[in-house]
Amino acid sequence: METIKRGVRKFGMPRIIIIAFIIVILIGALLEGQDMAALISDSLVRVGQNMLLAVAMLPCILVGAGLNMGLAIGIVCGLLAGLLSVQFELVSWAGFLAACAMALLFGSIAGVLYGRLMNMVKGSEMLIGNYLGSAVVYLMCMFWFAAPFTNSTIIWPMGGTGVRTTVPVSDYYEKILNNFLAFQIGKVTVPTGLFLFVGAVCAVVYLFTRSRTGTVLRVAGNNQAFAGMIGVNVNRARIIGIALSTMLAAMGIVVYAQSYGFYQTYEGPLTMAFTPMAAILLGGATMRSVKIRHAVIGSFLIQILLTTALPVCNQLFPESNLSEVFRIIISNGIILYALSQAGGEGR
Amino acid sequence: MKKAKQLLLSNMVPVLFGIICIIGIILSGTPISTILSDLVNRFDRNILLVLSLIIPVTCGMGMNFGIVLGAMCGQMGLIAVTIMGIDGIGGILAAALMAFFAAIICGFLAGKILNRTKGQEMITSMIVGYFSNGIYQFIFLFVVGGIIKVESDIILSGGVGIKNTVALDNMQYALDNLSIFGISTRVDLFSGILFFSIFFAVLFLMQAALRHQFGKKQIIQLAACACCAAASQIMTRMPAFTVAKMLIRIPIPTFLLTIGVCLLIQQFMKTKLGQDMRAIGHDREVAGASGIKVDQIRIISVIISTVLAAWGQIIFYQNLGTMDAYYGHEKVGTFCVAAILIGGASVKKATIGQAVLGTILFHLLFNVSPLASQQLFNNSMVGGYFRMTLCYAVIAVALMLHVFETRAKDKEQRA
Repeated sequence: METIKRGVRKFGMPRIIIIAFIIVILIGALLEGQDMAALISDSLVRVGQNMLLAVAMLPCILVGAGLNMGLAIGIVCGLLAGLLSVQFELVSWAGFLAACAMALLFGSIAGVLYGRLMNMVKGSEMLIGNYLGSAVVYLMCMFWFAAPFTNSTIIWPMGGTGVRTTVPVSDYYEKILNNFLAFQIGKVTVPTGLFLFVGAVCAVVYLFTRSRTGTVLRVAGNNQAFAGMIGVNVNRARIIGIALSTMLAAMGIVVYAQSYGFYQTYEGPLTMAFTPMAAILLGGATMRSVKIRHAVIGSFLIQILLTTALPVCNQLFPESNLSEVFRIIISNGIILYALSQAGGEGR
Repeated sequence: MKKAKQLLLSNMVPVLFGIICIIGIILSGTPISTILSDLVNRFDRNILLVLSLIIPVTCGMGMNFGIVLGAMCGQMGLIAVTIMGIDGIGGILAAALMAFFAAIICGFLAGKILNRTKGQEMITSMIVGYFSNGIYQFIFLFVVGGIIKVESDIILSGGVGIKNTVALDNMQYALDNLSIFGISTRVDLFSGILFFSIFFAVLFLMQAALRHQFGKKQIIQLAACACCAAASQIMTRMPAFTVAKMLIRIPIPTFLLTIGVCLLIQQFMKTKLGQDMRAIGHDREVAGASGIKVDQIRIISVIISTVLAAWGQIIFYQNLGTMDAYYGHEKVGTFCVAAILIGGASVKKATIGQAVLGTILFHLLFNVSPLASQQLFNNSMVGGYFRMTLCYAVIAVALMLHVFETRAKDKEQRA
């Protein structure tokens, strides 16, 4: 009994609940006669598509700034980069890589500024980050509206100016990663390129956390006073962490868009931060410690859950958005649980 | 002169927004009476929701973004009375009663969670709002009709879930225009001013009588009331103001209720419980050491806030007449917090005056910015985005200022 209890605690209650949920849904899918191969293929794509956004949370937690609630800032940088790549008619790999490179560039600029701001408000990064992120999203809405893009894929077909709410990349680099070296096991398609790319980024981030700079970041995050005493420039470390997080988010949305097929502009990025936050917390990260495997495990669990829940829910309640409600409850429930576990200042 | 400068500096935020509003009004090119009539409606809808933020701030818990929870309770009450088919003021009262109990339960649970995350109350209350939004949607999309069988017009044609918009036609203006012996109480602007001038005059006289003091202050108060009353009577007879007289409607019962709530909050702060709340807000540890039950009182403050927000949401929808069942509550927390911050409140201190001023300025801005952008860019969307940018930026900047202030204070204490 005691060992079971300890095992449960080590494995973590949220993960047990989510895995139980996945099993229930998979049984439901089997009973409903859903196309299991398609379900698994979709799940794999969704995992890869969303993983970089979850990984983007890592550097921010690492330097002790909590969850990056201002992820939207990174996302709009990525959107800008993506739209520019479409504007210049860069197709195929050239387009995708150019979009990634520009995303990293814009992300680093915005990230350094954002990091500087966050240094001024230590202790309230999450709350302020959230509102700052939303403010930037709406600021960019005005920009999208007035932006001087000329490519007919980007602007409204009738109006002549202003960006569309969804910009398709189908003529440019849709599924370029997903289809790269993709192969089939039975009827299940494995998006090899997507996993290779995401895996490579994860490996780079992992190596980075192991490097000298990574260690400095970790020390700065663990104990600011101590880090300051042994000569670590805490503010600089935090800026690096937050900028890295923003860059990863910017690149993450490009990867997301090539798989999803669209860039979602305007208010699209507003709620995008919540699922990645839930993912990394579900993977086992806390506000104090975080590892790359947390992001990977968490992404797998939450995305498989959300992807498989969609058709099953639709079968149960046709034309409803039960799966969306599901997403809201689960992702915010996980974040709430993590917040209450982190504990407050006591009495 | 120096005093005036200081007054201006310490009220930078409201002054700045006042200026933006004036620019907006000029750019929009809309007649003042149209703007004013909309403003009165918006003020009427939102003031109670904004007032509900004050008590948790006093208690040192910052802005309670969790009033979303209260708003949901209010909507639950309204949906319940619509299903039961109760009309008019009876429906409003029944909804308020149901929302009251629901809000007590929700407020209690939210308070419990907030007690576990001291120092992070604002972010937690925000996530509590998002989370309970999911639960709320689940209940009204699937449980109602799916598990609990209900028969009503507002159920979707499939028999499961509530429609997106719930018409409250037979409840619209039930409180705003409460007819007493057949007399309408949603009156024109000048009658409204007359009524409230007399009302305040009586109120001031009663206060003076209770405190046994009658000095310069009382004379000024009474004189101001008399001037307003006289001005309203002169203006109502002038042809220049006929448009304003026709357009603007003052809902006397709702305003009376709002004044009542303000007075209650004021009196509440003078009771033992209110004083304890202030002590906790000032220094939680000292308050705890001196025998105040900190956790319990914090929960009470959240419950009060949630109940007020629930009633606020009911008033909101009885004025609007149609309820957005799934998204109506989502932005309540953000908008109300932005409003009270624009009024000059901070995370540490919020007064009734700031709530009132903030509601007026925020909703003026909300109203004129699409109109102004329609004039400027021939498109109202830009103004919509502009006001949302401002709304979020105000909250972010106010929270940042709060951090700077606390840090400066810490430094002072250490030095």
